Amino acid sequence: MKINVKLFATFRIGRGKIVYLDYYEGMTVKNIIDELGIKKEEIAIIIVGPHDGTPEKMLTFKVEPNMTVHLFPPVAGG
Amino acid sequence: MFGYMGKLLRVNLTTSDIKIEDLDFEMAKKFVGGRGLGTKILMDEIDPTIDALSPENKIIFINGPMSGTPTPTGGRYMVVTKSPLSGTIASSNSGGTWGARLKYAGFDGIIVEGKSEKPVYLEINESNIQIKDASNVWGKYVSETTDILAKPGNNVLTIGPAGEKLSKMAAIMNEKDRAAGRSGVGAVMGSKNLKAIVTSGKLKPELANAEELKVVVKDANKKIRENGVTGQGLPTYGTAVLVNIINANGIMPVNNFQEGVFEHAEDISGETLAEKYLVRKDPCHRCPIGCGRYCKTDKVEGGGPEYETIWAFGSDCGVKDLEKVIEANYWCNQLGLDTISAGSTLAAAMELYEQGDITDADFDGVKLEFGNEDSIVHWTKKMGLREDFGDKLADGSYRLCESYGKPELSMSVKKLEIPAYDPRGVQGHGLQYATSNRGGCHVRGYMISPEILALPEKLERLELDGKEVWVKIFQDLTAFIDSSGLCLFTSFAIGAQEYADMFNSIVGTNWTADDVLKAGERIYNLEKQFNIAAGITPEEDTLPPRLLNDPMPSGPTEGHVHHLDKLLPKYYEVRGWDETGAPTPEKLKELGL
Repeated sequence: MKINVKLFATFRIGRGKIVYLDYYEGMTVKNIIDELGIKKEEIAIIIVGPHDGTPEKMLTFKVEPNMTVHLFPPVAGG
Repeated sequence: MFGYMGKLLRVNLTTSDIKIEDLDFEMAKKFVGGRGLGTKILMDEIDPTIDALSPENKIIFINGPMSGTPTPTGGRYMVVTKSPLSGTIASSNSGGTWGARLKYAGFDGIIVEGKSEKPVYLEINESNIQIKDASNVWGKYVSETTDILAKPGNNVLTIGPAGEKLSKMAAIMNEKDRAAGRSGVGAVMGSKNLKAIVTSGKLKPELANAEELKVVVKDANKKIRENGVTGQGLPTYGTAVLVNIINANGIMPVNNFQEGVFEHAEDISGETLAEKYLVRKDPCHRCPIGCGRYCKTDKVEGGGPEYETIWAFGSDCGVKDLEKVIEANYWCNQLGLDTISAGSTLAAAMELYEQGDITDADFDGVKLEFGNEDSIVHWTKKMGLREDFGDKLADGSYRLCESYGKPELSMSVKKLEIPAYDPRGVQGHGLQYATSNRGGCHVRGYMISPEILALPEKLERLELDGKEVWVKIFQDLTAFIDSSGLCLFTSFAIGAQEYADMFNSIVGTNWTADDVLKAGERIYNLEKQFNIAAGITPEEDTLPPRLLNDPMPSGPTEGHVHHLDKLLPKYYEVRGWDETGAPTPEKLKELGL
């Protein structure tokens, strides 16, 4: 069972667009970013399905098998 | 008089009279400049009920006190007039250098009135103002016109064929690919037979406290450079960096807002744009951010595309070919068309075709069908030139859909097409669309910042509580920024206090952050007064029925509609407006209106 981690903007540098991690019981978003070597301070927004938020809200989110996690550095436009 | 040049240029194209008038400094400060001062002048001088394309309408090109100063992004100007598309106040903002150059020519603004018998352009510098024959550039594309009129040290603002042919989506272009894009302001120029305005000059405004300004500008630039958005995200990927995050939230409008997730988002993303087509960054005057793109394909090259353009011609038309989107953007720039309204109008036509209202007989072999990549380029050209079915497209989605008895298929507010965020998944942003004084616009109070991007803090995007307060603050702050001559994107990194500090150093005031917001509120209320006088009804503070009634069919926003009925009364209350959305006498008195 895998977790799909989609990376955007500068997070892709040296990591690629998507990373597949092995799922394990109790796995959180915090475990995922640690495994990828991304610091909490570098992240602006995390989206998992209909849930979105800053690291403060989302790092403790427990993922489930085959979920897709989106990680965004600070971005904006208009 | 500090910050302002103290002069307004008035040109009557009916009589060829040219006058230079003194700027009322107290009035200028009260309404700041740009959007605010332009609206005040227009409100004082025209009857808001007039036909926007008649000689009685006026068109005002106006910069702010920060335009042409050392402030970050201080090169912008506003075009203020009555909109032929929406019938509301139009104030359309553009970057590049033209706004600063107008100031260097010695003017805070130009008021153009009447209508010339023949096509003309204006040439303006410190010592000479001329109305010149434009017959050699009439009918020409924007880049051709610019190349013919450009000389070292000048800047060219022009309309393209779309403005000449009075398309209600026509933009005004400067430096070839910078656009005062929205509300059909290009058609107002066209209606006056005014093709272009060329400015040159080397004058500079006097500053109230140049040394203090150096300090506050240094601080603002530092904050902009160190901010993740303005220092890294926007410079590296441009505004199109939004494609993936908007899509991941399920609010990326697809096929004329029928869905909220585009399966080919990666193909049209800012990351893909940077990898395959980006030649270089293309910053505006004195901009430390540099979000502008210059891109090239095998067929075309030029400025853009922006996120909004990529959405309008991309996912909203079901198109995944980024090269075709870049090509459509190129033709909008050449023809002088608003990319948001143009793309959204094609998407509306595609839905009318899907429903059988438009048929193959309407086309010339190229079907306006969701996903048809060639159609977005083909019909953009015909729309801008009013050729064949393009003539019907040229006045925007509302009039197109209304002609088939289905105005509800136009994804617009007050006939102005709404941009690239489905309000069903961003409740505050939807309220902002419904209450924006120029109609469906995202940059009158960009609630995507707090609801999606966590700037300055993260709000729950589907929550309703307190959104009316946020919308009001964002709208008021934006009204000040638009009037000051700065770019809205600076607000990703700096706030009302920094704007007050820069304004004070330039103009010589002693404003606080609250004064900045109060000035913005005054401007917002003045615009609302214009709209009421123009006959805009309370019922027009709404959203397309689809967004209020049809739950989002799938994705992270699945099952949600927009709850305008709950938000709007609270918003009116916070604004100090009555139940019809009209400012109360007490509110107008408080604001000095």
